[in-house]
Amino acid sequence: MGPVAQVSDALWRRPRVLLLLLLLPPLLWLGIVYLGSLFALLAQSFFSIDEFSGLINYEFTLRTYGELFRAANLDIILRTLAMATSVTIAAAIVAFPIAYYAARYARGRWKALFYLGIMLPLWSSYLVKVYAWKLILAREGILNWLFETLHLDWLLAAYLSIPVLGGNSLSVSWTGTFLVFLYVWLPFMILPIQAALERIPPSLLEAAGDLGADRGQTLRYVILPLALPGIVAGSIFTFSLTLGDYIVPQIIGTSARMIGQAVYQFQGTAGNIPLAAAFAVVPIVIMGIYLTVARRMGAFNAL
Amino acid sequence: MAPAISFEGVTRQFGQVRAVDDLTLDIAEGEFFAMLGPSGSGKTTSLRLVAGFERPTKGHVRIFGQDATATPPYRRPVNTVFQDYALFPHLNVRDNVAFGLRVAGVPKPARHRAAEAALEMVKLPGYADRKPSELSGGQRQRVALARALVNQPKVLLLDEPLGALDLKLREQMQEELKTLQRSLGITFVFVTHDQGEALSMADRVAVFNEGRIQQVGTPVEVYDRPATPFVADFVGSSNVLPAALVARLTGQHHPASLRPERIRIGATGLAATVAGASFLGAATRLFVEADGARMSVLLPKGAHVPDTGATVHLDWDEGALHMMTGVQDG
Repeated sequence: MGPVAQVSDALWRRPRVLLLLLLLPPLLWLGIVYLGSLFALLAQSFFSIDEFSGLINYEFTLRTYGELFRAANLDIILRTLAMATSVTIAAAIVAFPIAYYAARYARGRWKALFYLGIMLPLWSSYLVKVYAWKLILAREGILNWLFETLHLDWLLAAYLSIPVLGGNSLSVSWTGTFLVFLYVWLPFMILPIQAALERIPPSLLEAAGDLGADRGQTLRYVILPLALPGIVAGSIFTFSLTLGDYIVPQIIGTSARMIGQAVYQFQGTAGNIPLAAAFAVVPIVIMGIYLTVARRMGAFNAL
Repeated sequence: MAPAISFEGVTRQFGQVRAVDDLTLDIAEGEFFAMLGPSGSGKTTSLRLVAGFERPTKGHVRIFGQDATATPPYRRPVNTVFQDYALFPHLNVRDNVAFGLRVAGVPKPARHRAAEAALEMVKLPGYADRKPSELSGGQRQRVALARALVNQPKVLLLDEPLGALDLKLREQMQEELKTLQRSLGITFVFVTHDQGEALSMADRVAVFNEGRIQQVGTPVEVYDRPATPFVADFVGSSNVLPAALVARLTGQHHPASLRPERIRIGATGLAATVAGASFLGAATRLFVEADGARMSVLLPKGAHVPDTGATVHLDWDEGALHMMTGVQDG
C-alpha cells in the first residue's frame, strides 16, 4: 500500500481530522485577514484626531462617534439610508415579476436565456457599466435624445426641476444615482427571489385557487409570504451594497456625499482615520438592526 | 336532476399525448365514485378537469348541469384533497383550514370557529396551533380533508389521498372516509391506482386505461364481470384466457376471465405445467402454464403445493368462466 493510500485510510478513520484540514485555510483567512482588519477598524473608531496638529490621539473616547451626529455628517448618513431604502424597494418591485416568470414559466432554452440575461452584466466591469450609464443619462445622451425625438423634453425638464430628485441633467441628479444603483444591483435581488419561488410547490398555488382564492389573493396570502425569505435575502444584498458604495455616487449624481465617499475622503485627503472608521461602522450597525427587525417579523420562518 | 359531474366527449391533449381521450361519463349526486387505473391512465387528469386545473382540449365538463369548461377553479363548487396534501407551510393548522373562508371574506371569529369544528369532524381537535411540518402524514391528510370540507363543497375531489399512508392507517381512513361521505351526503370523486381501495369504498368504479374508460360499474360488476382483459387483469388480478383456448374449451371464440380463487387442482380438467409458487400468508399463489397461457391459481392454506415442473389438471365450476363478449381477440 502506497503512502497516499495510507494517508487516505488514516483520514477515513478520522473524518474530523480531514474536516479540520479542509477548514483550516479558510478559517485562518477569515480569522486573521478579515475579522482582524475589522477589529482594527473598530479600534480606530474609538480614537480621536487632534484638531490642531492633525495627529491621532490614541486614547479611548466616544468623541468621534459623537461627531457623526453633527448636522453635516448626519445628513450623509440619512441621505445614504434613503438611497439604500429606495433602491431596495424598487429592486424588489422590478425583480419580482422577472423572478416569477423565470421560476414558474421559463423552461429549457428560455431558462438558459434568463440566467444568461441576469448574469451577463455581472461579467463585465462594474466601472464600465457605470460610465456607460453616464453616457446614457448625460445631457447629450441617448435618453435626452429620445425624449426630444418624442417631443417629450418638456416632461423631462419638468421632472428635473423637482428639488432633491432632479438637477441639471439626469447624470448629475439623485434620480441618476438611483437608476444606476438599481441597474447594477438588480441581479442580486432577482436570483434569491427566483430561488425562493422555485421552492414553492405548484400544488400550493392550485390549492389556493381550489379553495376560492383568485390570482390576487393567491399572490397575497400564499406566494408573497413564501417568497419573503428570498426578498429579504435579496434586499440584504441591494441594501448593504448601496450603503457601502462610493464609486457610483462619485461618477453619477449630485455633489452631496454618501457614506462610502465620506469614508474615502476622511481616510484619504482629510487624514481623519478615526472618523472614517466611525463612518464605516454605520452600515454595519444599520444592517444589524435591519436583520434583527426582519427576523422579528418572521421573514426567515419559512426557511 | 342533472348529474353532479358530466364529461361530454372530453379530450385533454398534452402535445402529442392524449391524456384523456373522448371521455363521456356521468357521476350522480351523492355518489362515492372511484376513478381507478394505472399511472398515466388519465384518471388524475380527469379529476383535474373537474377541479379546473386543466381545461379540455375538446368537449365540455358540466357541474350540476352548468357548463364549467371556462370557469376558473376559484369559482367552482368543488374542493380538492391533494395527493401531497398541499398544506400551506407558513400557516398553522387553523389558518390552513380557514383559508377558504378567509378569501371568501368570513370574519375571523366565525372562520376560526368553523375551522375548529371541521378539525373536530376529522378527529383532529387541539392541533389548531401546530404547523403542518409538526404533523405526521396521517394528520396532514386529515387537515387537508378538513380544509376542503370547511367550504361545504357540493363535490369533494380526492387525488390518491391515501397513497402516502401505511397500510394500517390506510384501512382506517378508508372506513372513516366512507362514514364521512354517508353522513355529509355529498358527492365524493376519488382517484386511486389501488383496486382494493376502489372496490371497498366506492359505489361505482370507472376503470381507466390509456386515457379511455374501460368499464364503469359497481365494484361487484367490475370484479365479477370484467368487460375487457385489461379490467380483468388490473382489477381482480384475474386470469385472461385467450380466445383460441376458450374456443377449444367451450366453442365460443371470445377471451374469458377466470378468477384464481375459483380454480381447483383435480384429477381431470385442463392440463397445465407448474412454473412456480409464492407464499402469501393466508394462501399460496401457484403460477401455471396451459397451452402457452400463463395463469395463476390461489391455493387455500393447508392445500398440497405441487412442485415446479409437475403437471396438474385445472378444474372449475360452470359459470366461473366469464366471457368478454365485447372483445373479439384477447
